[in-house]
Amino acid sequence: MNSWIDAVLVLITLTSLVLLGASRLGTSIRMVALQGVLLSPLPLLLAGPSGFGPRAAMLAVATVLIKGLGFPWLMARAVRGGSQRREMDPRVGYNASLLAGVLLMVVAFLLSSRLPLPPGEGTPLVLPVALFNILAGMFVIASRRQAITQVLGYLVMENGIYVFGVGIASHQPLLVELGILLDVFAAVFVMGIVIFHMGRELDHTDTDRLTLLNDWQKEKE
Amino acid sequence: MIGALIIVPALAGALCFGLRSTRARRELLVATAAAHTALTVAAWRGSPEPTLYDWLALDDLGRLFLGITSLLFLVAAVYAVGYLAREKVRAAGDPGEDFLFRNIPEAAFTGCLLLFLSAMTLVITSRHLGLLWAGVEATTLASAPLIFFHRHQRSLEATWKYLVLCSLGIAVALLGSFFLSVALRETSTSSSLVLDDLLRRAPGADVPWLRAAFICLLVGYGTKMGLAPLHNWLPDAHSEAPSVVSALLSGALLNCAFLAILRVLQVCEAAGQGGFARDLLLGFGLFSMATAAVFLVRQPDFKRLLAYSSVEHMGILAVGVGLGGLGSYGALLHAVSHSLTKGMLFLVAGNIMSAYQTKAAAGVRGLLRGLPASGILWTAGFFAIAGSPPFGTFLSELTIVRAALGLGRPLVAVAMLLLLGVIFAGMSRTMLAMAHGEAPTKHPAEPFLAVAPPVVLAVLVLLLGLYIPPPLEATLRLAARALGVPS
Repeated sequence: MNSWIDAVLVLITLTSLVLLGASRLGTSIRMVALQGVLLSPLPLLLAGPSGFGPRAAMLAVATVLIKGLGFPWLMARAVRGGSQRREMDPRVGYNASLLAGVLLMVVAFLLSSRLPLPPGEGTPLVLPVALFNILAGMFVIASRRQAITQVLGYLVMENGIYVFGVGIASHQPLLVELGILLDVFAAVFVMGIVIFHMGRELDHTDTDRLTLLNDWQKEKE
Repeated sequence: MIGALIIVPALAGALCFGLRSTRARRELLVATAAAHTALTVAAWRGSPEPTLYDWLALDDLGRLFLGITSLLFLVAAVYAVGYLAREKVRAAGDPGEDFLFRNIPEAAFTGCLLLFLSAMTLVITSRHLGLLWAGVEATTLASAPLIFFHRHQRSLEATWKYLVLCSLGIAVALLGSFFLSVALRETSTSSSLVLDDLLRRAPGADVPWLRAAFICLLVGYGTKMGLAPLHNWLPDAHSEAPSVVSALLSGALLNCAFLAILRVLQVCEAAGQGGFARDLLLGFGLFSMATAAVFLVRQPDFKRLLAYSSVEHMGILAVGVGLGGLGSYGALLHAVSHSLTKGMLFLVAGNIMSAYQTKAAAGVRGLLRGLPASGILWTAGFFAIAGSPPFGTFLSELTIVRAALGLGRPLVAVAMLLLLGVIFAGMSRTMLAMAHGEAPTKHPAEPFLAVAPPVVLAVLVLLLGLYIPPPLEATLRLAARALGVPS
């Protein structure tokens, strides 16, 4: 069982790395979709023999539907509907981003060695993979200009938290986990609407050009 | 009863999206707000039963914050009726003007207001930290369309910042919640996020995990609460949202995030890590006050001024709770008086904006002559927010400073007094200059619905400075005790 879990976790890490180095929006969206699908067996694999029931199964199905299909569909729609450039223009180059990704992975492993897990919880890879995804997501949000890529970064980060939630802090009631999934879905939905309005009203979705509200500029005037 | 507090506004909000009659929608808004307040009063008088596997319950802390939220929402709902009527006239009469035009549909606005109330009530009554998290995220989502009301390029920018920063912050808080369940796991297979379970198990906490959890939760909910340096979304959102929304964001939403932090503080206190948590809060609080002071001095935009003042007051709350004991009591009292004062000031700011059509403080002169009612309220509001006697804010700030001296933290007291002095001077320059001078044009008399709501709040703040009613006093004491006493 553990080798399957580890294989899934390694694949999730790889998708995040590909996303860090991807120059096209389409590739990035596909990576997030793939990550969503990869996440879905985790509740079943990690539940252990006792928790292998309808609860884990429902969570797995909800994960595929929301993370694997829902989000990518929303994002793809936002790309088609808006008028943003498909090519991205990041603040940090793609090769540098990949290098940063490797560094973040080192940081994630160092951090997880500081927080010892109780014996018998998940596999030793769960914590570093979760932390790496969270950090990689934050890095994408900070280093990309396009609103849509920032949402993708947010999703990668949420996936990291999901890995942690399912892998270590499991046994939460289904209601709470579904509530969290739904909330994230709604968040992305609302962000998608805002991106749509940005595309329509401003003819761009470049967050670097959102600079009307600023304390420093006003003082110079 | 707790279920009704959450479900009634949610259903009414959903209904608003479907109602075609504007009049019916506005009546529904006020009626729901009144019903919510009536239920809240009933909850204060009796002790409502916990529901939903005991995940929803009302303790003293919850009762206090529910009271503030419900009262402020009722006042804001009455104000909103007048505001929406005026907006509608303007939108119809001035098709060419860019300022305040093309608002989002009123049905969506009223609906989101009610959903926002429902989400805030969920945060306040939730005893399950996962549910609490879902509630906080729901408040973000319900309020984002409200900030976007004017559909202007600037409100778009403010909404985007609000959504991204708060979602990011709240994601960190979710991680923190999971950390907490690991820190307090009972056995290797069971972990729970119900507050009572957590408090019971706290003495056996795994310290490194607990500390990591508190840091994540403080950073996460602190983003939502507007603690510096995580406050970047706050001035933009508060200044771009319609004034009635700003009043709710500042007076009710920030408190909800504060309550979320207090819940975690309770757990840390029970685990014997209260000192660590309180020191962090103290640091964030003083830093917020200092940051606000820098931006308050010479702030050219009066709504941003009020927004930075909220950062300052959230800092005061964090300092008070960081001190503990009498400081916690002072902080809770301050949460009440700040909400009332800031709600009032934002509503008055809305009146000023609709008369002068500007947010620049330099463009507003002669309020006392041009708009006598708003002018008097604005001046009184300045003295209240700056913490002068005889207002409630004075009493609570004094209590916190006294707590700092009594607990052997004179440096904290000195830093607080110094920053409060700088802020008083900085705000007085801007706000008093707006009140005095010659009014450029003659303004028509202000409508009743624009003046009465802030007057109610102003009277309450004044009363709070002179006399604290016994039920409130008792709740404040019990709630402060629930936060633990410093060793």
